[in-house]
This record gives sequence, C-alpha cells and structure tokens, in this order.
Amino acid sequence: MKDGHLKTILSSPFFAVLFWLLIWQLASMAVAKVLILPGPVDVFKAFVSLATQGSFWISILMTLLRITLGYIIGVAAGCILSFACCSSIILDSLLSPVIKIIRATPVASFIILAMLWMATGAVPVLMSAMIVTPVIWGNLTEAYRSRNVKLFEMAKAYSLGPKKTFRYVLVPSMMGSLKAACVTSLGFAWKAGIAAEVLSQPKRAIGSNIFFSKIYLETPELFAWTAAVIALSFLLEILVKHLLEKEVAHEN
Amino acid sequence: MRIENLSFSYGKKTVFSNVSLKTDDRIICLMGKSGCGKTTLLNLIAGLLKADSGTINEIPQPCSLMFQEDRLLPWLNAKQNVALVLEDGDEEKASELLRDLGLEPDMEISKLSGGMKRRVALARALAFRSETLLLDEPFKGLDENLMKSCAELIKKQGKLTILATHSQKEAEELGAKIIRIEDGIFYY
Repeated sequence: MKDGHLKTILSSPFFAVLFWLLIWQLASMAVAKVLILPGPVDVFKAFVSLATQGSFWISILMTLLRITLGYIIGVAAGCILSFACCSSIILDSLLSPVIKIIRATPVASFIILAMLWMATGAVPVLMSAMIVTPVIWGNLTEAYRSRNVKLFEMAKAYSLGPKKTFRYVLVPSMMGSLKAACVTSLGFAWKAGIAAEVLSQPKRAIGSNIFFSKIYLETPELFAWTAAVIALSFLLEILVKHLLEKEVAHEN
Repeated sequence: MRIENLSFSYGKKTVFSNVSLKTDDRIICLMGKSGCGKTTLLNLIAGLLKADSGTINEIPQPCSLMFQEDRLLPWLNAKQNVALVLEDGDEEKASELLRDLGLEPDMEISKLSGGMKRRVALARALAFRSETLLLDEPFKGLDENLMKSCAELIKKQGKLTILATHSQKEAEELGAKIIRIEDGIFYY
C-alpha cells in the first residue's frame, strides 16, 4: 500500500471513530466491570434493546421538541435583544448587564430556580433558550459593531432607505456571525436542555431516562441514552448548517 | 457650482478655511496631491460631511457619489449591485448599462478584477436617478481605451459632473474645467 493511501485512511473520520472505539473497548476490558465502564458492544446491545421500545422514541421526540423549541426561542430572543441593544444606547446599558449575568450564572442555579416556578416539562425549554440567547446576542452585537460602515454610507448616499438597507446590507453583513452563533449555541442548547431534564425529570425525556439509568445502576443504558443525545445533536447541527447555508444562498 | 466661505476640519486638522469657488462649467475636475481635500470636498457636496461654516450651492440634487473605494456588496452580483440603486430595481436596465461598460452582468463581485469593480461602481453611479455625478477617481485601474469609453458615457449623461483625479489626461478626455486644490485653496 502506498504511503499516501495509508495516510488518507489513517486521517479519515472513520478511522478516528474506529480507533476510539477500540480504546474504549480495551479500557472496558481492563476495568472488567460493566457497571463502571461498559464496552461499546454492551452499549450497542442496550441501545438496540431500548430502540425496540416505543417509549424510547417518544422520549427522544419529546426531548427533541423541548430543546428545539427552546433553541428557536433563544435564537429569536438573541436577535431581538441584539437589535434592541444596537439601536438604542439606553436599552444597551439596561440589557447588557442582565445578559452578562445570565451568561455568567451556572445553568444548575437557573434549573433549580425554574423548577420552583414552572412545570417540569417547561424547564428544559427555558434552559435551552437561556443558554442560546446570550450567544446569539453577543455574536450579533459584536458583528454589528464591527460592520463595514462604508457600505452603510454607500446605502445612505444612494438613498436606499431603511428596508433595502436592512435586507441587502445589514442582514447579509450579519449572516456569517449569526450562522456561527446558531451552530455553536445548538450544542449548548442540548447540554443545558438535557441537564434540565436530568434535574427536573419531566415525563418522557432523555434526561429523565439518564437519571433513572443512574439510579438503577443501568450503566450501559446510561451510555446508550447519551449516545442518542450525541447522535441527535450531530443531526440537528447538520440540519441547522444546511438550512442556514440555503438561507445565505437564497439571500445571495 | 458655487462655494462660499467654506471651512471644514477633521478635529484639529484644517482642510478648508474660508474658501470660495464659482464656476458655470458642467464638468469639473478636482486635482491635487493625495490628502489635499478632493474626496472631502466631494463628500461635503454629497452631504455625507457637514461643513463647519460656509455654503455649497447650485448643485442640482440628488447627487450620485462614486466612492474612492468601490463599496460594492460582495453578496450581490454585478447587475444586482447596479439594480439596487434603481427605483424600480430593473435588472434588465442594470444589465444594459453594464454591457455598455463592457461587463458581463451576472458576474460575481469576488471574481472581478480591480478595473472591472471600478466599472460596476461607475455603472451604479450612472444608474442612480441623480442630477449631479460626483466621481472619486472613477478611472482608477482602467486602461486608456476603457477610460475613453467610460469618459464618453459620462459625457453622454449631460449632468453636472465633478470628479476627483490625479490624471491630467482624464480631465482632458472629459473636456473638464480643472480646479487645483493646494493647501486648502482652490486654483482655477
């Protein structure tokens, strides 16, 4: 086999996955206790067993709905807050500290508080939204502040008006930052949403199942649920990237 | 064009101090060293800058300003950049103008050379429904033949045209009245 060909195989994502699965299997064999570290085969078996149950898919669907809803609310709130902060110094000085405090506060504190205030099913939605909002707000505000002012001067010189300036100059100028923020915050939304589900334990939720797997010492199931979260997160990331790329292409 | 007692400064740096100018010519060429105030004067005429004192009169409005940098929107193609400043957004009209300047209307901005971008910017300035053309180094990066055809197109508009340039040749090609700016004073 030629060196170049071998290098291509070794640097492929497939090989990387295979390599880490092997390390995982070896570690599991070294520990030799499924309860502490189940191997990939144990987890796969647990996953297959779970996948044959209807409740597994209902839990996935409900979690997906909660986190997606929270994510959408977070993106919308981030855009609105950023627009408000960029268009008014007073609003900026009022809102900026609040958003910075939200960003610095541990998610667990918010989850516990939210559990006191609302139904358990709504907690993951709120947490996903709360983690996404500052990321979108921060990126968009930064993008607005570092925008190419010369293009806006051109828009003014040619009397483009607010509508055309917004659509053809402002939105495309911000699109790159919005896209990056949307992709980054999606992972955060999943982490916060699942953490909220673990703590608030709503009915039919991946997080609740993770919690119960831990309580009943079903470690392979715990790994299988986590694998489902990772797979869903990847799938959603691909979907969001695809949708945003389509949007950018449409704008172009 | 009539300028009376114009003063303008960027902070402590004075560009114009109580200067005046009057000319009835329809094509005016501002010449002078870099930093002498040509672009500043065009921006003052366009209303993008405000004079500290004095007035600029007899400039038919609105003005169409071709900036020293192209300031094209990279996410739009050539004809969309031009059509953007048209009231009806007619891309066919924009394409026609671009073809007159020897350009392919559907070309992406990122794929254009410096001279081509300059011509798109010129097409945009010509497309805008204005009474006055303010052109800041419009022929930068163009060879002599292209410069001549662009100059011809500008002359054909019959609008009051004020351009900033370093090239005597460009001024002659347009048959423009030359106004030199030196140390903030107009010489003509």
